[in-house]
Amino acid sequence: MFSVGLDQYLVLSAVLFCIGLFGVLTQRNVIKIIMCIEIMLNAVNISLIAFSRYVTPVVLTGQLFAIFVMVVAAAEVAVGIAIIFAAYRNRESVDIENFNILKW
Amino acid sequence: MLDLIFYIFAALAVASAIAVIVVRDIFKAALCLILLFMTVAGIYLLLHADFLAIIQILIYVGAISILLIVAIMLTRDARQGQPLGKFKYLAAVVSLLLLGTIVFCLLNVTFATPDNAPLNETIKPLGKALFGDQGYLFTVEIAAVLLLSAILGAIAVIREK
Repeated sequence: MFSVGLDQYLVLSAVLFCIGLFGVLTQRNVIKIIMCIEIMLNAVNISLIAFSRYVTPVVLTGQLFAIFVMVVAAAEVAVGIAIIFAAYRNRESVDIENFNILKW
Repeated sequence: MLDLIFYIFAALAVASAIAVIVVRDIFKAALCLILLFMTVAGIYLLLHADFLAIIQILIYVGAISILLIVAIMLTRDARQGQPLGKFKYLAAVVSLLLLGTIVFCLLNVTFATPDNAPLNETIKPLGKALFGDQGYLFTVEIAAVLLLSAILGAIAVIREK
């Protein structure tokens, strides 16, 4: 039960993902929302690497996918923070309630 | 022994992830996020993914968290933080339902786990899998284009008119 296998890593990944999801849904500071998205991406990476370690120990396909997830995460943070700055210049705020410029 | 280390890392990761959400001062939340990234790197090491652990520290701790801290420094009212939004109970129910569903599915599925010993060093096999025959060379090119377009998009969005 307590010996660590694939299931323990997957449960850890699921717990981290749900914590990140709760943060994305509830936080009002935009920078904190980006932080919670990073938590979710890290949780997915943990599950990918755990599958790579236990299901395909020699082929390493999961680790390749984790590398691509990291690339997308870096691009996402760069673009996200640029959007935050652009909106901050307009609204002088990082509260998500004030980011309704696109609302019709 | 390794199991004990895994549980320590797991507890640390979950605690720092909760701290990122709960702590009101957003700068301290960013520090908790760095702690989370480092524990995740340790978990990668436990999973015999040495290259991924180094890349995790380089990219997440070295680049992404610094970018987030710069964003915190440049936005004025970010320091004290705001209370949770109005949908917090609904969000808690949704996340707990998702967690319960995932764990329930995990308990009912058994994955075929072969007994092969994991590779001792993964850098060479990773490079061969990425760039070798029948590799992911086209995906690497797409990732390069994605990074370039992200940089150009960030510059275009943030430029003063």
